[in-house]
Amino acid sequence: MLTLEKNSLSEEIEELVSLYGENRGSLLEILGAIEKKYGYISEFAQQEVARLLNIHPVEVYSFISFFSFLHSKPQGRNMVRMCKTIACNMKGADNISAVIEKELGIKFGETTKNRRVTLEYTNCLGMCDCAPAMLVNGKIYTNLDVEKAIKIINELK
Amino acid sequence: MTESDNIRVPVSQQPHSVIKSKKENGIGGLVSIQINEKAVMVPLGTTILEACRKNQIHIPTLCHHEDLCLAGLCRICVVDVEGMKTLQAACSFPITSPLKIHTSTPMVRKARRHIIDLILSEHCGECYSCIRNGNCELQALAKEYGVDGYRFGHVEQPRYSVDRSSVSVIRDLNKCILCRRCIRTCIDLQEVGVLEAIDRGDKTHIGTFLDKPLADVICINCGQCTNRCPTAALSTNDPSDEIWEAIDNPNKHVVIQTAPSPRAAIGEEFGVAPGKSFTGELNSALKRIGFDKVFDTNFTADLTIIEEGTELLNRLKKVLVNCDTSVKLPQFTSCSPGWIKFIEHFYPEYLDYLSTAKSPQQMFGAVIKTFYAKETGINPDDIVTVALMPCSAKKFECNRPEMNSSGYKDVDFGLTTREMATMIKEAGIYLPEMPKTGFDDPFGEASGAGLIFGATGGVMEAALRTVYELVTGREVPFKNLNIEPCRGFDGIKQASVKLENCVNEYSFLEGIDLKFLVAHGTANAKKVMQMLKRGELNDVHFVEIMACPGGCLGGGGQPIPTSAEIRRKRAQAIYEEEASLPIRKSHENPYVKYIYQKFLTEGPCGKLSHKLLHTHYTKRGRFIS
Ligand code: SF4
Ligand code: SF4
Ligand code: SF4
Ligand code: FES
Ligand code: FES
Repeated sequence: MLTLEKNSLSEEIEELVSLYGENRGSLLEILGAIEKKYGYISEFAQQEVARLLNIHPVEVYSFISFFSFLHSKPQGRNMVRMCKTIACNMKGADNISAVIEKELGIKFGETTKNRRVTLEYTNCLGMCDCAPAMLVNGKIYTNLDVEKAIKIINELK
Repeated sequence: MTESDNIRVPVSQQPHSVIKSKKENGIGGLVSIQINEKAVMVPLGTTILEACRKNQIHIPTLCHHEDLCLAGLCRICVVDVEGMKTLQAACSFPITSPLKIHTSTPMVRKARRHIIDLILSEHCGECYSCIRNGNCELQALAKEYGVDGYRFGHVEQPRYSVDRSSVSVIRDLNKCILCRRCIRTCIDLQEVGVLEAIDRGDKTHIGTFLDKPLADVICINCGQCTNRCPTAALSTNDPSDEIWEAIDNPNKHVVIQTAPSPRAAIGEEFGVAPGKSFTGELNSALKRIGFDKVFDTNFTADLTIIEEGTELLNRLKKVLVNCDTSVKLPQFTSCSPGWIKFIEHFYPEYLDYLSTAKSPQQMFGAVIKTFYAKETGINPDDIVTVALMPCSAKKFECNRPEMNSSGYKDVDFGLTTREMATMIKEAGIYLPEMPKTGFDDPFGEASGAGLIFGATGGVMEAALRTVYELVTGREVPFKNLNIEPCRGFDGIKQASVKLENCVNEYSFLEGIDLKFLVAHGTANAKKVMQMLKRGELNDVHFVEIMACPGGCLGGGGQPIPTSAEIRRKRAQAIYEEEASLPIRKSHENPYVKYIYQKFLTEGPCGKLSHKLLHTHYTKRGRFIS
């Protein structure tokens, strides 16, 4: 990374820290903001957060690894999260997942080579009454079937 | 927020502190409880575990360690408390009201057995090929509860590759039971912060920053985590195969130096209660194993004192007489390699405060491969130097690239107490039964000052005995030379001695209160560095820091288990051994005098000393790349 980028990132993190508070309790907000802007939290960013909050880098990493919605590696431009919990499962989510995997040529937990899509599983989205459901870039899609799911995926930029 | 306000441990994990009554017998002082129908009185706030232990009732534990904060994770310590719906974890249940406790009901026994079976179902390892065989808390529990099969299955294939990147500490997560003692050790006790729980659910594992190899993150190699891990998931990097090879090679002259702390603790590996030194027995055992020479690290500890003490006096002179502002005071000791790596990472801008004197281990290596090689006519290339140390960071130290001032690798292998004990057992020797013999000449004579290096405050005490006498011409004004303010296990100790009626050469020190400070454990070192940053150490002259709690005797390579009580006993063994020695001041060691006459002829801190006995440090910083 260029020094210049590093410095501007440091400044951004400093701002976030002063915005949310200089303590461990603000980790989620700070990391969430970084994740939102960059799609992931880089090695450097993690160490900067640790330095500014006066904790150890491994604690920040541990924290990130606990949450599915925080990442320490770059993700695809689009984040597709398929529900894997029981209601969706009974309505054929498994089948849809398999088709999506085939369509994109990647497995869940992976990102396409061109960084267009990252596939992830999620637990119940609270949409069991209109299962199966998936979350694409934070937007929820319900009552899925194979055709509908493929269409949504293919429309992603 | 200052650094010190930043306490990592969430309130729920801090040792439960109930406001205790001043008078034990007053209201709220004692609580009467029943354990297994027996009525007992315990102070308010005592945990059920403590209460049971005091009453000789055994409760199994796994995640609990008395040096660490409470965790209540593993639940192996569950007991039945009347009126509670579920079983309670004894280790983290403070007694605040009259309770009726049952420690061995069918439900309790069944629950514990379930927990053991569940842990074993995820544990991948075979005891007979395991370094902790015979001293493993999981193995002992399985035996205690009569485990005779894998009720919930067993992992056959290792899930993780073993991390052997570090020269000091090896991590084998396949044997990890997620008790998180290592995390609490590294973050809370040592405040280094290498390890944490990564991921969640069945993927949870103990990891480093971004799961990098241990050698690539900021680990100070103190090995405290290996001392507290209940299983073989954390262990030290054992060089004994290479040492055996050297011993078995007739062309190699294998020399071992033994440090005082392993001698005061190695008996524990042979089932002897803590608190007895086996120096003489160890000498015979090492000879029988096949080491060509057995020397006493205390000899170079004496040399360290002379060099470090002279350096201190030089610094004082430069500051007080020449008003040289580039010279830093207080001078910090440099014999603990864990502490050195700690300051290099966390306080790189303060390296000038460190004494440049090498640790006794490294001085020894340098002297052996130069002076000793010359005197005996042995080619240094054929000499293999082994250091028996209480410490895993010594392995890293001897592998530092700059530690080859003799032109060879000064110290070839750092061997820990535990590893040495295994070698002795392997040679068919039962240490406590060996006859006592002395060290080999010429480095066999050492003063008691070198010996007490093993306990926190020892270096300071040894240095003061010499410095005070050099400056005033008289012995330190303490009874039997025992400088009591240096002794004991307080985290940070501070005291001073007044320098009066100084000899001519040191008249510039007349009337000065020589102030010193002693700290052990890197968490305390951090506090000292914060004091330094805040300018609170401006009037202090000398600071001793040891990376391990208790000093070297609590080192990461010492016998397992460790506890405050065990460390106290080891210290006692060291101080007892020293009180019986004829020479108790470093500068009176005749061989030290001899080496300055014959070899280091320019005297302490002279040119040759600088080349062989002093070193430099690296600004490492805390960025992990
Ligand atoms: S860690 Fe303990 S239980 Fe596991 S294989 Fe080693 S000795 Fe056996
Ligand atoms: S050796 Fe010391 S610094 Fe390294 S992980 Fe263990 S406790 Fe932490
Ligand atoms: S590595 Fe050892 S101390 Fe750390 S969690 Fe695993 S078993 Fe416990
Ligand atoms: S199970 Fe999929 S939304 Fe609830
Ligand atoms: S020892 Fe009490 S919960 Fe682990």
